Amino acid sequence: MSCGRMENKILGYVDGRLKEGERLEMEKHLSTCAACQLRVNQFRAVNVLLDELPTIEPSAAFDIRMQARVAAEPAKQSWWAWFMPAPRVAFAAAMLALAMAWLGSRPADTSLNAGDIDKINQNLPVLENYDVISDFSPLSDLSQQAPDDDPSDSNQSQQM
Amino acid sequence: MARSDVQLMLDVKAGDEQSFTLLLHRYRSPLINFLYRMVRNREQAEDLAQEVFIRVYRAREDYIPSAKFTTWLFRIATNLALNSVRDNRYQRMEISLDAPVTVDAEDGDEKTLDVAEKHPNIEQHLVEETRKKMIRHAIEKLPEKQRAAVLLHKYQELDYGEISKILECSESALKSLLFRAYETLRVELAPLVAQQGK
Repeated sequence: MSCGRMENKILGYVDGRLKEGERLEMEKHLSTCAACQLRVNQFRAVNVLLDELPTIEPSAAFDIRMQARVAAEPAKQSWWAWFMPAPRVAFAAAMLALAMAWLGSRPADTSLNAGDIDKINQNLPVLENYDVISDFSPLSDLSQQAPDDDPSDSNQSQQM
Repeated sequence: MARSDVQLMLDVKAGDEQSFTLLLHRYRSPLINFLYRMVRNREQAEDLAQEVFIRVYRAREDYIPSAKFTTWLFRIATNLALNSVRDNRYQRMEISLDAPVTVDAEDGDEKTLDVAEKHPNIEQHLVEETRKKMIRHAIEKLPEKQRAAVLLHKYQELDYGEISKILECSESALKSLLFRAYETLRVELAPLVAQQGK
């Protein structure tokens, strides 16, 4: 192994982070290379020196400020939480939805009672006297021909 | 048995605020020290650490344990620190290397002036302080990315894979980066290195 190839492995060797094969290869090289052996020793010395750097402790205010910042963050909200600031609105919306559901579930009443039929019959003369309808000749022709119509006629007319 | 970082984060995601406090207590000190050594200002380091934790907290609902928690945490911290170092906003807060050493300025809360208690020999104390100052300055003089790599490697003891993910480079690029950083430190600290060798 050349010194150039050694470079990127020296620190790993000093830290003991090399794989077994790499470590043995490194030691073989170091046994014959005084320059690399010197560099390994110097890197070890740098490593020891870096241990001398003191550490600092978080200030007393750090936790207090951190708690305040976390507390100021918006809480995790569900979709229902959107309604929470206005419970009356939520209640009104729920009642409206229930009412609409109830109305929608009712069966539609399409039968006519006797009173409805009487009202329609009373209004028929008005319709008959209506100028446009009564004088509209195609309609009057249809009303006379309709009972005599043969289904085969309609088929023929469709074919034409 | 202590819960893992990932488990704590998943508990935070589920709404357990107490788990976030546990994560905070577990990592606030290493994070502040890392940031302090990056930006060289204690107040700023704490501000940045708060920003890191708030970002973690805000991301809790989208958290997916696809990587180690520390990789994620220090990636946020490193990006913030690198941006901050490059940002001139904080330049005025930095302490000149030529400024006199005081507790408040350069050393933060590193208790170094309590001479009588710890160091009966004032000369010995001064020698130690000079050593620490040299080491600190040697680290500060490293280019930002090299400095981050050394701090993550030496003080956080992260493996190469994690550091390369944090710094967004390949492992071989990281090893090269670290080698260059140690070479610079070896030269900068030559007098102390020589003493170590004796």
